[in-house]
Amino acid sequence: MSTIEEHEGRHNEFGPPSPARRAFLTKLSLALSGVGGAIVATPIVTFLLGPLFRRVPREWLSVGPVEKFEVGTTVEVVVEDPSPLAWAGLSASTAAWLRRESETEFLAFSVNCTHLGCPIRWLQNASLFMCPCHGGVFYADGRVAGGPPQKPLNQYPVRVQNGQVQLQATTFPPYNDDPGIIR
Amino acid sequence: MRFTRLFTGPAKKAWAVFDDRTGLGQVLSHQLSHPVPNTTGWVGWSYAIGSAVLVAFILQVVTGVVLATAYVPSTEDAYDSLMYITDQATLGSFLRGLHNYGAWAMIIFIGLHVIQTYLVGAYKFPREANWLSGAVLLLLTLVLAFTGQLLRWDQTAYWSTYVLAAQVERTPIIGDRLADLALAGDTVGGATLTRFYAIHVFFVPALVFMFIGFHLWLVLHTGVSEPPQAGRPVDPKTYRAWYQKYLERNGVPFWPDAAWRDVVLGVGMVAAVAALAIIVGPPELENPPDPTVLQAYPRPDWYFLWIFAALAVVPPALEDLVILGAPAIFGALLVFLPFFANKGERSPKRRPWAIAIVMIAVIMVGTLYVAGERAPWSPYVDQPQLPVEVVAAPEKRALVAQGAQFYYQKGCQACHRMGNWGGLYGPNLTNVHERLSHEQIVISIINGRGGGMPAYAGNLTQQQVNAIVAFLEAEKVQRGEGEPPRDAGEVGAQAED
Repeated sequence: MSTIEEHEGRHNEFGPPSPARRAFLTKLSLALSGVGGAIVATPIVTFLLGPLFRRVPREWLSVGPVEKFEVGTTVEVVVEDPSPLAWAGLSASTAAWLRRESETEFLAFSVNCTHLGCPIRWLQNASLFMCPCHGGVFYADGRVAGGPPQKPLNQYPVRVQNGQVQLQATTFPPYNDDPGIIR
Repeated sequence: MRFTRLFTGPAKKAWAVFDDRTGLGQVLSHQLSHPVPNTTGWVGWSYAIGSAVLVAFILQVVTGVVLATAYVPSTEDAYDSLMYITDQATLGSFLRGLHNYGAWAMIIFIGLHVIQTYLVGAYKFPREANWLSGAVLLLLTLVLAFTGQLLRWDQTAYWSTYVLAAQVERTPIIGDRLADLALAGDTVGGATLTRFYAIHVFFVPALVFMFIGFHLWLVLHTGVSEPPQAGRPVDPKTYRAWYQKYLERNGVPFWPDAAWRDVVLGVGMVAAVAALAIIVGPPELENPPDPTVLQAYPRPDWYFLWIFAALAVVPPALEDLVILGAPAIFGALLVFLPFFANKGERSPKRRPWAIAIVMIAVIMVGTLYVAGERAPWSPYVDQPQLPVEVVAAPEKRALVAQGAQFYYQKGCQACHRMGNWGGLYGPNLTNVHERLSHEQIVISIINGRGGGMPAYAGNLTQQQVNAIVAFLEAEKVQRGEGEPPRDAGEVGAQAED
């Protein structure tokens, strides 16, 4: 066995040493490996970043007839993902808190605390939302009442259509640039 | 070490042929007998901590592979497959226990290993790369611990993914996109769990294998650091030659002179893990990951409980700094340490600040852990009502009883303690009338108080306020006895009894 350096000065059956050729072969091999790596890496990285490119259709989803909701109450409603993956199971549903403010006005809140995303609970008698994780408290209209949260509860777009209360399925966390979200 | 000594008769001949064709025996015996510093007592045992981490990792790999034969990584089926593993599969509960307590062992020993190598300055010249590869392994271990907890795919795991997303969302500019990547979509859904599964069983373990190989190679390449001695600083110019001479004087072959401690500690650890798996059993599965069940009480496993606590006590203005900055600063410190302090004294006796840093870190994590266990900031939302007879004074009984009712209904008890009942977030109200005047109590209720106390104006009638205040001011004739149940699970269990 000999190292390349030892081989450089020798003349053997492989012919005369040729440093320029070796330098070329080195660069060629490295460049080719780079190309090979890129061929594989590009689809891999793109695949993994896939969730960023997927456009989820915004749909209005009915959560029940208007008369089901009493004025002044807040109840949990369940929104089904309009196009879930077949194996999504329970996670195809999302819960939301729906408040009927008046005859015509509804508010729909995300169940995720604006502190760190834990599920907030509605205490009907106390008229407060409370978070079981770090003690965030919100008023019935979503304003912060106490604890670590700094932002009011995120809201979903909500409307009444053909006697049905409808929410717009949306994202977690609701995007700042999302026109459909009331912050 | 000569492997041929292990064999007799035909086996000896077969081994000789195998060794001749593969060369493995020579390589292995050469590496196993590499000289290491001769150590005794506690110092000797401290050198076995790193091996214990390796043993724990191997335990995690073998138990993890076996669990993967039955675990179904789909959001729909994961929970049921875990129920099957726990309740029906042969020794399934035991294997889950092994994997769980194996994780505990790996976390505990890697923590000890970091503390130990830091305290004795083993990261100094020429072992900077050992430290850096170890820092990567520490990070990877924490990723394994977190993702493993999510694979339990019960209610806590479900909400923990949102907590993760809520934290990465705070990253400036790209936060929303990172949250999308963390959940593999807009919300927790069908694509979420498979990602965590792939990270937990393929990506990260593959990296851990690579870095363990690198780490062990470096141990052979640089040699095991000698026990430090005060007044014997590391000088990069002369250290290597000095270390060679040191080994010639004090070196013993790794196998078996030092390795027996690794074996004893490693096997002892496995035995302890097995004992816990049998006696305590695997962590119980909580409620299924049903997004529509909001009676949840998400808590991380104990090794992350201190972070959970930190996020409750840190002032809101510093929150982003703690969530994003603290891990970055910790990582940067780990990386820069060997670059800025790779020579000089190694002995902790001459590095009192090193001892101080470790003590501060341990006290901080320990205190936060204890706080996280107690979680005084969490409201007691599901606690049954305080028995009214324990506080009602006879002369004002009707109003006081009414007040007690409102006190409960309006959620006061969620955050305030009365006797042994109620939450710990707000001040204890057992004797509030001794601290505050009647007017002060009324104003606090109506206007709220900065920080935690909501303003109840608009939520209470004058009559209700009067009743609550009467209840608060009533003589407490008797304290509630014992610690009443706290959360939904406990209350639910009671209701079923």
